[in-house]
Amino acid sequence: MPKRVAAIAAAEAIEQVASSDLVHVPSTPRSPARPVVEDDATIRHGDVDEWGRSENMRRIARQLYEPIYSKWFRAEWEGLEKIPTDGGALIVANHAGAIPSDAPAIMHGIEKELERPVYGMADYFFRKVPVVGTMWSRLGGLPAHPDNAYRLLREQKQLVLVFPEGTKGTSKHMSERYQLARFGRGGFVEIAMRAGVPVIPIAVVGAEESMPIVAKVPAVAKAIGIPYMPITANMLALGPLGLVGYFPAKFKLRVLDPVYFNVEPDRERYSKSRIMDESERIRDNIQAALYDMLRERRSIWFG
Amino acid sequence: MPAPQLPGRARTTGRRVLVTGLGTFWGGRIAQALEADPTVDVIIGLDTTEPTVELERTEYVRVDANYSILAKIVRAARVDTIIHTFLVVDPTQMSKRAMHETNVIGTMNLFAAASAPDSTVRNVIVKSATAVYGCTPEDPTWFTEDTPPSRPLRRPIERSLDQVEGYVRDFAEDNPHVVVSLLRFSNVIGTEIETPLTRALELPIVPSMFGFDPRFQFVHEDDVVSSILYVLDNDLSGVYNVAGDGLLPWTEVASLCGKVTFPLPPYLPEALLWPAKQFAGVKLPEEYLNLLRFGRGVDNRKLKQAGFTYDYTSAQAVKAFIEAVRLRRTIGTGPPAYSYERDVEQFFRHSPAVVRDVPAYDRRKR
Repeated sequence: MPKRVAAIAAAEAIEQVASSDLVHVPSTPRSPARPVVEDDATIRHGDVDEWGRSENMRRIARQLYEPIYSKWFRAEWEGLEKIPTDGGALIVANHAGAIPSDAPAIMHGIEKELERPVYGMADYFFRKVPVVGTMWSRLGGLPAHPDNAYRLLREQKQLVLVFPEGTKGTSKHMSERYQLARFGRGGFVEIAMRAGVPVIPIAVVGAEESMPIVAKVPAVAKAIGIPYMPITANMLALGPLGLVGYFPAKFKLRVLDPVYFNVEPDRERYSKSRIMDESERIRDNIQAALYDMLRERRSIWFG
Repeated sequence: MPAPQLPGRARTTGRRVLVTGLGTFWGGRIAQALEADPTVDVIIGLDTTEPTVELERTEYVRVDANYSILAKIVRAARVDTIIHTFLVVDPTQMSKRAMHETNVIGTMNLFAAASAPDSTVRNVIVKSATAVYGCTPEDPTWFTEDTPPSRPLRRPIERSLDQVEGYVRDFAEDNPHVVVSLLRFSNVIGTEIETPLTRALELPIVPSMFGFDPRFQFVHEDDVVSSILYVLDNDLSGVYNVAGDGLLPWTEVASLCGKVTFPLPPYLPEALLWPAKQFAGVKLPEEYLNLLRFGRGVDNRKLKQAGFTYDYTSAQAVKAFIEAVRLRRTIGTGPPAYSYERDVEQFFRHSPAVVRDVPAYDRRKR
């Protein structure tokens, strides 16, 4: 407490009792009225939002990733206009590649074409990994938690990307490629219902061949506490560089028709059978689209 | 048209308030604020140590750590409001055992006293901390008051507060006529308070965890006091998170304080912290190491919806803190402004020679 303020307060206190001419115990003055404080915007040193995403970091990443996206993978979209330019929507896609290459491609593509951010949800495992977890967070990733999804979709009307297959998708052996794994427990449908947003399915072809798994070493995975330990074709071909070096598979992304549920949002629970039906239907649609795209594909590398 | 009256104002008889932990930072500040309120008739402060702030009419009672004498005091003074601020949320303050005595046993005795058959207690406010949500990688970005911890709690502070909250819930359930509110405060920062985080931020180089830059939420110490008074005045019951708006990455917090960070190794950081603790007095308990990995955010909207307005966001609270640090660096802390002298205090409170007037009504948060 500055002395001057104390003195003023004491003087005021004495004045108040001047009429009574008697002893007054001066109270410790309460903190003076709060000083004028600046807005957060002028105080802040960075632009990391409450989810951990930084538009500055994202912009740098976009610049670095753009050649990979358009020259290496030569990503090609179909039906991009089905993704709304405003309002919340839950994007779901098939998931592949030992270190999945589909998430950055989808996020980059939508941000580039629609100029709106995409928040990508991933297993909390990412958050435990030093550096990777922080980068993931700065680039728009966040742990898949229903509360996070709800807040982003319902309250902030953002685009959220999830992979309902989770690590079951990315840990698939090469021989199982483009065979969709179970879609979790349908949680993504329930979240979309509660948030009152459509689900937009995307079928991705190419990610599977960009980093195919030829073998897995469960003992190592267990020992170092990661979901799976893949041996990829990239590692065999490129050695340690194979951890980051993707094969230049041609990426094709097809946006399927948005699925609206027409249920009342914000309910505590929804019919489990309806959830599972919807989840299964979305899975079937993505699966059918994948087969369709694979039928049309003449070459893994040239599409 | 007359302004709608708040329940606290409509009170016809004065409150008789018991504040636990009077000698602590919070107890002292709450008592000071209550003294300025003419609707509060009696303020009794309990603690094991003497008050460290100047108080005008609060009666200080020295008790043992776990308040075994409490029932008597509550009955004798016809206490109707208990503000339980004496919960240790900083594990560096005392040993695990002492913390258990203070938090768990202290709270147990407090509620035993408050739920006696002839108890006059009608309001209870407990100051807990957001540490009860735990801190794990599975956590949502925002905890609401209803979000359960993602994993079973196992760190001492978390478990201790969880047990305390268990007593609070039981008490609220058994005594539906009592308005019970439980406030969970986020990381407190401000001009005066000292916590492991403020100590870390005052070091020349701020410890961080290599490869992690979690987001932290802060609440200003003034908002802590005013939220407690707000809840008291408005008879709010239930659980409320109290935290400023916004989350700041730890490196940005350090940068706001003009510091750079020193990354601790994410595996076995204790190996580096041990010498730091021995030679530099840097105490960073495991709860905080974990916060440096994953941070914690809580949803503060419930209390806002109840009408409370915060004076500070997280960033503003950090700025207030560092400005106070800079001021102290220049002018020093000086000798303690006040020391408790029993006879003098007794004289002022009880001697007929002292003329008592009603202090100015300056509570801001009405």
